[in-house]
Amino acid sequence: MSARLSRPLVAILALGIVLAILALDLATAGAPDLFTAPPAIALGSGAAPTGAHCSGS
Amino acid sequence: MFLRRASVLLIALGFTLFAFVMAGPRAGLLVLVGLGFGLVLEGLRFGFAGPWRMIVTDRDGRGLIAQLIAIALVAAVAFPLLAANSAELVPAHAPVGIAMILGAFVFGAMMQLVMGCGSGTLVNAGSGNLVGLIALAGFIGGSFAGTLHLGWWTELGAFPVLSLQGMLGAQFGLIATLAGLALVAAITLARAAPGKRMPPRRLWIAAALIAALALANLVIAGQPWGIVYGLGLWGAKLAQAGGADLGATAFWAAEGNALRLSESILTDVTSLTNIGLLIGAFAVMRWRADPGAQTQALTPASYAAILGAALILGYSARLAFGCNVGAFFSGISTGSLHGWVWLIAAFAGSIFGIRLRPLLLRPAATKGAYA
Repeated sequence: MSARLSRPLVAILALGIVLAILALDLATAGAPDLFTAPPAIALGSGAAPTGAHCSGS
Repeated sequence: MFLRRASVLLIALGFTLFAFVMAGPRAGLLVLVGLGFGLVLEGLRFGFAGPWRMIVTDRDGRGLIAQLIAIALVAAVAFPLLAANSAELVPAHAPVGIAMILGAFVFGAMMQLVMGCGSGTLVNAGSGNLVGLIALAGFIGGSFAGTLHLGWWTELGAFPVLSLQGMLGAQFGLIATLAGLALVAAITLARAAPGKRMPPRRLWIAAALIAALALANLVIAGQPWGIVYGLGLWGAKLAQAGGADLGATAFWAAEGNALRLSESILTDVTSLTNIGLLIGAFAVMRWRADPGAQTQALTPASYAAILGAALILGYSARLAFGCNVGAFFSGISTGSLHGWVWLIAAFAGSIFGIRLRPLLLRPAATKGAYA
C-alpha cells in the first residue's frame, strides 16, 4: 500500500483532512467575531488568558 | 522546482493571512509560531519519541540531551515571566493522579508503536509519512474519546495541583527545575555510549529555536505550547457535526470547553499551532528536491495495530493531561510536578513499547518494501 502512496500524496491527504475539519467547523460554528478577538499578544494586554490547554489549566 | 516552492510559500503564508483576517492578529501570529515548530521539528529533525527510543536501544543520548536543553532554556525565562505576569500568563499545571500516571505510561508505550508522540504525529503526517497519517486519525478519535471518560478516571484518585513555584517559590522552583534537568542529563550521559553524548550543532540550534518558539507561544497566547487539546477538539467538532449532544458530557459542558466547542477552531490556541505545525512540516518536505522514501510497507495487521495504538495514544494523552509537549515539555518548563511524574511514567512505558514494536509491526513480505 505504501509503495503507491508517495510522501507528497500522503501529506496532501493530511492537509486535506485538517482543511475539511476546518471547513465543516466554519460551516457549523460560523466565522469568529473579530470584534471580540483577543489582543495580538497576551503579555502586556492586561487580559486574563482564555485559551484551553491539554493540562486543563 | 520553482513552482513547487512557490506553492509551498503560498500555502504557508496564505493560511497565516487567512487566520489573521478571519480571527484576528493573535490567530495569525499563532499560526506563524506553529509553522516555526513544523519547520524546526522536520527541518532539523528534532523529535521526542525517537530520542527516547535511541537512548534505550542504541545508547544514543544526543536527542534527549537536546530536549533537556530546550526545556531548561524555556524554564529560565518562563519562571520569572510567569511570576511577574500571573494575571496574563498561565503555566501548564495539572494534578498528579492514578489515571494521570497510568495514562502517561500507556502513552509512552503507544508512541513507540506509532513512531511519534503528539507533535511527532503532526510532523509525520504533514511530511507525508503514511504511519503518521493513520496515527493522526487515531489520535483525533482517541483524544476526543478520552474527554468523555476523563471525570471517571480522575475520580480514581488525584492529588491537588502541585507546582515547584507553589512549594518553593519562583526562584527556588526554577533552581530545582534546572537541577532536576541536570540530574536527568547526567543519567543520560552515563547511559550514552562514547561519541553519542553531546548533541551535534543541528540539535543545539533546534533546541534554541524550539525554546524561542515555545516562549513566543507563551507570550502571544498567554499559555504554554500544547498539542492534545486541539486534536480532541477536532474530534468533538466531528462528533457534534454527526449529531452527538456533547453538552450532556461533563467535559464539554464545562464553561471553557463549551466555549471552544461553540466557537470556531480558529479561536483555539492549540488548533492554530497544530495546523501551523502540520503545514510547516509539509513545507519542509515539499521544499526539498527529493521528498524522501515512504515508510517501510507493513502488513495490513500492522497498519490496524497502528490505528489502534493511535486511538489509545490520544485517549491516554487526555488522561495524562498532555503529551510530550503539553505535559513533559511545557509542564516541566513551567514548574508543574505532573510534568516530572509524566516523564518517569512515560519513559517506563516507552521501554515497554519498544519491546512491543517487533511483535506488532511487521514488514510486508512483498517486493519493493520501500516506495
